[in-house]
Amino acid sequence: MLIGEQFLAAANIAAKRSDFWPETGSKFGQAIVAIALFAAVVGLLMFLADKAPKRGRDFVQLTLFVAPALILLTVGLIWPAIQTVWQSINDNDGNFVGLDNYATIFTDPTMSRVVINTIVWVAIVPAMSTAVGLAYAVFIDKSKGEKVLKSLVFMPMAISFVGASIIWGFMYEYRAAGFPQIGFLNQLLVWLGGTPQQFTASAPMNTFYLIIIMVWIQTGFAMVVLSAAIKGVPAELIEAASLDGATAWGRFWNVTVPWIRGSLVVVVTTITIATLKVFDIVRTVTGGQFNTSVVANEMYSRAFRLGQPSLGAALAVLLFIMVIPIIIYNVRVLRRHREAH
Amino acid sequence: MKRRIITPIAIVAASGLLLAGCSSSDDTDDAATGGSSGGGDGMPAGCEAYEVYGQHSGATLEVYSTIQNQEADDLVTSFEKFEECTGIDVEYVGSQEFETQINVRLEGGDAPDLAIIPQPGLLNRLIDTGNVVPAPAAVEANVDEFWSESWKQYGTKDGTFYAAPLMASVKGWVWYSPTEFAEKGYEVPTTWDDLIALTEQMAADNDNAQYRPWCIGFESGDATGWPGTDWIEDIVLRQAGPEAYDQWVAGELKFNSPEIIKAFDTFGEIAKNPAYVNGGFGGPESIVSTSFNDGGLPILDGNCSLHHQASFYEAQWPAGTDVSENGDVWAFITPKMSASDPDAVTGGGEFVAAFNDDPATAALQAFMSSDTWANERVSLGGVISANKGLDPNNASSAIGKASIEILQGEDTVFRFDASDLMPAAVGTASFWTGMNDWVTSNRDTAQTVEYIDSTWP
Repeated sequence: MLIGEQFLAAANIAAKRSDFWPETGSKFGQAIVAIALFAAVVGLLMFLADKAPKRGRDFVQLTLFVAPALILLTVGLIWPAIQTVWQSINDNDGNFVGLDNYATIFTDPTMSRVVINTIVWVAIVPAMSTAVGLAYAVFIDKSKGEKVLKSLVFMPMAISFVGASIIWGFMYEYRAAGFPQIGFLNQLLVWLGGTPQQFTASAPMNTFYLIIIMVWIQTGFAMVVLSAAIKGVPAELIEAASLDGATAWGRFWNVTVPWIRGSLVVVVTTITIATLKVFDIVRTVTGGQFNTSVVANEMYSRAFRLGQPSLGAALAVLLFIMVIPIIIYNVRVLRRHREAH
Repeated sequence: MKRRIITPIAIVAASGLLLAGCSSSDDTDDAATGGSSGGGDGMPAGCEAYEVYGQHSGATLEVYSTIQNQEADDLVTSFEKFEECTGIDVEYVGSQEFETQINVRLEGGDAPDLAIIPQPGLLNRLIDTGNVVPAPAAVEANVDEFWSESWKQYGTKDGTFYAAPLMASVKGWVWYSPTEFAEKGYEVPTTWDDLIALTEQMAADNDNAQYRPWCIGFESGDATGWPGTDWIEDIVLRQAGPEAYDQWVAGELKFNSPEIIKAFDTFGEIAKNPAYVNGGFGGPESIVSTSFNDGGLPILDGNCSLHHQASFYEAQWPAGTDVSENGDVWAFITPKMSASDPDAVTGGGEFVAAFNDDPATAALQAFMSSDTWANERVSLGGVISANKGLDPNNASSAIGKASIEILQGEDTVFRFDASDLMPAAVGTASFWTGMNDWVTSNRDTAQTVEYIDSTWP
């Protein structure tokens, strides 16, 4: 709602500006110039590459094609990464402090709590989303109304994290026992004879309630990818397993799962990376209060709200380091998988 | 072979032509803009008071702040006459995420022309980034004329004056229902002891299961907890006095000192007593999940009788609520500890900082620091200012009028909101978190003050 309002406000302002069209026009002009320039440079380079002397032509062509990508990567990715690493080993005034910021992350109780929370997120979200998504995909496979059932679970994927968080914020709304409830889950608890819970404010369980929001969103993704993979399992294989006397569980565990292993790895690693970077949910529901902060949220609030950019940079580097092994694993499994097939 | 050469050359040539065509159209664009701004004409009627700001036709200024909804509309309205007379087009952008986004925008080189900064601590940090330009002479002259020295000091850093105060608010009002008070024979308390006695009586008189004498709401996104800091500040100022308050703000008096612990205990008598809070929402634990916007509304349903919040809360009452001395809701200043103490209030205010020194920016900045603007904006309702050129009768309500008189009064002890002045790691983080943990009993008082002290940089 908020985001929508801001967007509308921005659109209004843009439209009200008297210089809107001239300015937009000139921006389009600039964009066209840039595109034309790009086309011209690429054309010229290709032309020159083609005209290169026979000896070493391969090398010249290779350099010409790879260089633009390398330059953009350097300017847009590698250089900022180096700057961030450098900032993380300096204090906010630019004095070299070595690994002090990293030490703070692991020793300060508030900060180490942030790391633990992130580990909890990573431990639960990928496993739960994948397990639920896989089970759902298997059960509805070839059933009547499969498309509708799939859409139902996939729909949360279409909602932004912020939107989903606002929805769940209402679900978790708290009023004490004896007061009229406005949150669905607490109303449910009251109907069942329980006492209302402060879902978002009572640590440590509140982290788990935030995790549910992420699982709710990611299960759809896992389900769709895994469902497609299951459809790729050859019918003869399943049939052969049945003839050999394999039970339904045996067929699933020994035939289907190994066959879709590549997809499983992709799903788990993708969700893991998304989970490591989770920010929107925590920020929208609790703002990182009540011991729910995670690395990405803490990074943002340290760097931009609390004026501690060095600590923020250290958290960013930490996040980066945590993502690396997952990406390596992902690439290796995919490569092995490709070789096996 | 020949064709292989011609095609690329043709492409290059065509792109070159396209490029030339576009860049020349760009030039005409610039010329046109230059022409229109050069052609300044006579001033429209009724603009005498605005003559000092000059003519800046075609200039567009972005003003960025936290202010939203009705208050934002009124702010925009207060610029209308100025825009008409000077030709400046003021674009107002309000964001609830201002305090974070302003840093993001400055780092990204996308500074607004002017920002209305809601706390001196943030202003100081922005000045440190080197993006804020010192205030022009006209602004400084206005501030010298219309504001007290202490207000000017809040906008000054290392001897350079940067930002003029804008609006102000008096914190520490206790909202109540005069109708209910008259009906039940309650009297507005004049000392803290009277306030506690009244609370006790209200709890005893009650026969509604959802009713508690007080309602309190701390929830405010990632700023959850700030209304609690207001309580502690009000109590410290009244209990320990302004000198102790200043030392506390400066970090010389720790949270772990007897004065501050006593303030927590005093607040705890109300906030941690399930018989006294939290009307319409639950017990003390529900304080953190109740939005500060909704915090006082149960007064209207008869679910609570007292709500501690700044003068801005006047704008939170739903349309049609009679906010007056004998109406649906009204407020008294948090009582002093003993009748012989001087009047003391905490408050807040905003500061206008500029990020460039264009003449148009300077003109708007000067206008916003003038008595003309203060009277114009305050007449529209909902807000007040500490500007001494402001006529209190322009305030939209008696609360506003009373607040202005307090702010302009010479013998009132006035102190800026302490958490706004403390280092960000405390004032906008651990003090808030500390209040949340304390009120939900996740930390007791000793643990809370120790935790807050441990985060002081």
